Amino acid sequence: MKRRMSKATVSSLSNYGLIIAIFIIVQICSAAGVLTNQIEGLLIPVCIYVIAAISLNLVVGISGELSLGHAGFMCVGAFSSALFSRLMEDSMATGPRFFIAILIGALVAACFGFLIGIPVLRLRGDYLAIVTLAFGEIIKNLLNIVYLGRDENGIHLARDAAGLHMSAEGDTIIKGAQGISGTPRDSSFIVGVILILVTLFIVQNIINSRTGRAIMAIRDNRIAAESIGINVTKYKLLAFTVSAALAGVAGALYSHNLSSLTVSRFDYNMSILILVYVVLGGIGSIKGSIIATIILYVLPEMLRFLQDYRMLIYAVVLIAMMLFNWSPASIAWRERIKEKFKRNKTKGVS
Amino acid sequence: MALLEVNNLSISFGGLRAVDNFNLQIEKGELYGLIGPNGAGKTTVFNLLTGVYKPDEGFIRLDGKDITGHKTIEINKDGIARTFQNIRLFKQLTVLDNVKAGLHNHHSYSTLTGIFRLPRYWKTEKEMNERAMEILKVFGLEDSAGLLASNLPYGQQRKLEIARALATEPKLLLLDEPAAGMNPNETKELMDTIRFVRDQFEMTILLIEHDMKLVSGICEKLTVLNFGQILTQGDTGTVLNDPEVIKAYLGDE
Amino acid sequence: MSFLSYLINGISLGSVYAIIALGYTMVYGIAKMLNFAHGDVIMIGAYVVFTAMTGFNVNPIVSVIIAMVVCTVLGIVIERVAYKPLRNASSNLAVLITAIGVSYLLQNVALLVFGADTKSFSSVVQLPPLVLAGGALTIQGTTIVTIAANIVIMIALMLFVNRSKPGQAMQAVSEDRGAAELMGINVNGTIALTFAIGSALAAIAGALLCSAYSTLTPYTGAMPGIKAFVAAVFGGIGSIPGAMIGGLLLGVIENLSRAYISSEIADAIVFAVLIVVLLVKPAGLFGKNVQEKV
Repeated sequence: MKRRMSKATVSSLSNYGLIIAIFIIVQICSAAGVLTNQIEGLLIPVCIYVIAAISLNLVVGISGELSLGHAGFMCVGAFSSALFSRLMEDSMATGPRFFIAILIGALVAACFGFLIGIPVLRLRGDYLAIVTLAFGEIIKNLLNIVYLGRDENGIHLARDAAGLHMSAEGDTIIKGAQGISGTPRDSSFIVGVILILVTLFIVQNIINSRTGRAIMAIRDNRIAAESIGINVTKYKLLAFTVSAALAGVAGALYSHNLSSLTVSRFDYNMSILILVYVVLGGIGSIKGSIIATIILYVLPEMLRFLQDYRMLIYAVVLIAMMLFNWSPASIAWRERIKEKFKRNKTKGVS
Repeated sequence: MALLEVNNLSISFGGLRAVDNFNLQIEKGELYGLIGPNGAGKTTVFNLLTGVYKPDEGFIRLDGKDITGHKTIEINKDGIARTFQNIRLFKQLTVLDNVKAGLHNHHSYSTLTGIFRLPRYWKTEKEMNERAMEILKVFGLEDSAGLLASNLPYGQQRKLEIARALATEPKLLLLDEPAAGMNPNETKELMDTIRFVRDQFEMTILLIEHDMKLVSGICEKLTVLNFGQILTQGDTGTVLNDPEVIKAYLGDE
Repeated sequence: MSFLSYLINGISLGSVYAIIALGYTMVYGIAKMLNFAHGDVIMIGAYVVFTAMTGFNVNPIVSVIIAMVVCTVLGIVIERVAYKPLRNASSNLAVLITAIGVSYLLQNVALLVFGADTKSFSSVVQLPPLVLAGGALTIQGTTIVTIAANIVIMIALMLFVNRSKPGQAMQAVSEDRGAAELMGINVNGTIALTFAIGSALAAIAGALLCSAYSTLTPYTGAMPGIKAFVAAVFGGIGSIPGAMIGGLLLGVIENLSRAYISSEIADAIVFAVLIVVLLVKPAGLFGKNVQEKV
């Protein structure tokens, strides 16, 4: 029993270790000047997607619900935090402002997650998937017609630019489909790494607690979980909300990495991309999510020299990996190879 | 006063009266059997008792408290736990975690306590581990604590389900065909375990079973259901010799 | 009159959704998978029609038939190579992600072969527009043909599924694959046939969709694909009349919101209606709500 306990702990600790090790390696490489500008530019996006993938894994892997709307929560987090930073740009120091902006991104995304979760989590399987996708698209669509500006008379909100009635010195912050601009670029690699560690801390500690047990019990057998007094709605909603909040954190990191950001980036393709990381990393495996995200995000960027063939190769690799990892025939084949290898080895010894 | 008091319980599914005017009284500490041919409505009674279905008529009282129409999770908190005909374990969790999930409502701390690993987390988790191991020992499962539930052999899966139900500290334990799919040796061992559980935990047990050896071996009282209605109820010996019961099981002639 | 015109265009758009949704719903019913690549089969179908018509001056009807053949083969190959090996995988997410991979693949093949530029697609329908009420209401030939095609396809499919032997095999496989196999039904063949029919319908839908919008890019199929799936869910997945009604409703709601509320949030309204429908009827309008037995 003690060994089992330590196994979970060891796995959690090794994930922190992995992130810190990567951070140190990157810092050394950076100091040695071996990092190209291209790789430097990928560091923060990788952090963003790692956070997004770990948080999505909480819903898909741990809670066992298929969500295709994760980008929607990132979108909400990105815009709410960026808006805060823009409004407070002159009145707060960078550090605390960014800190509060991230909290706001998380909180707003959590609210959305909670409100969407109440109706949505009654549905199951693919129905849930299509509705979460729908919600992601709704959020994107609605933000597309938000115009927000500020002048000496205060804050103006409208459906189009003309409706804002801004004075001449007014500053239009959100311009509908053109998105938000002028966000301070507060994101940095170290903040990204810290936020990954925070995400790991929250997600892993939930998994290895009473709460996580309840969530996984519901995933494995809803009816049995109810029969032993576990509140199904509460725990599903909790997993969904925490996941949304962390997606909001990823969103905040995203918006503060670019001075201008449009809503259209957060479409269902982004949700799907994150889901691909989670599934290829191994559903429910946090370490898998981290490694798969890093490889699958960096690889296509490294293949840019292939130009038009890049995404084609990506697609083929994706299909091949799925078939190799998941098809029962391939699993049986791998088992046989392993068996053979083992037998040969033992033969060699005797 | 009886621990469980069921009066005039009825439910229909689209015109079919699946359970009709069902009455039952179980005293504290009794080992009670619910038998009857396939499709007689035995599992439906369990589903009514545990809030999976809401009865059309009648009431259910547990320890003097009316629990009719309560939801499944409330009924578990009220004091009824059950196992399932087709085993329903948390397959991807370890054996230990299955039992710890059963302790969910009795050893509690908040999600935030869990995230921040406050002292209460360590204390409660330690208590949970100890309590879960105690329960597992009763069923001889302590050596399998770290295994995934899905990797247990069949007979032990049935036992684990009982262990998980017991972890919720029920007043009444419902077992739905606990010996289904077991060989005679396993069944005999199970009978000993059920008796032991009754004595050790001072438990009241209601079980559905087809294995007459088990029923006549451990049940003190029986109710026989046929076509949703009570055929007869009473002491095991009397009931099993009732010609009506024999007819229901074997048919006329 | 403008309302009537929006309504008719909505029905026409809805008919396209319905044709795609029919393919979706049949595939989902039988393979229990969200075929994310279905929308891209539409796009491929449209490119085939486009190439045949503008590149080789082939007659529009023949072009559509060629596209149907190409898409049928494509559908069967995709199923055989990418989906069939994962049919008994431990998680149904596996085949979902693979379908996404196939979707990327088709889009990028189209990108390489046909380029990223928007092709201007001339309608496959060469009927003159119908002018009614002294010119106050004009209905395009494409619109009429689309609506007619939808009705014909739906009736044909209903007859096929309910009356023909392969159709009934489809129903059996979608009800219980294991039992169907034991009854001697060729499950692999039946699933392949379903993909074939769905993909042939996708080719028709592609031709009609691009005829109505007269533009074509490698990403043309993605959003209509998603919306058609929404339509299928809306109507109750697995149900042929459900897909038809769902598609029509979706098209009408979308077009009317575009006209009267805002074109920017028309999609949001469509999705919001889907959510409301699912909350009231969790299995869609015509779907069966199966409770898990305890």
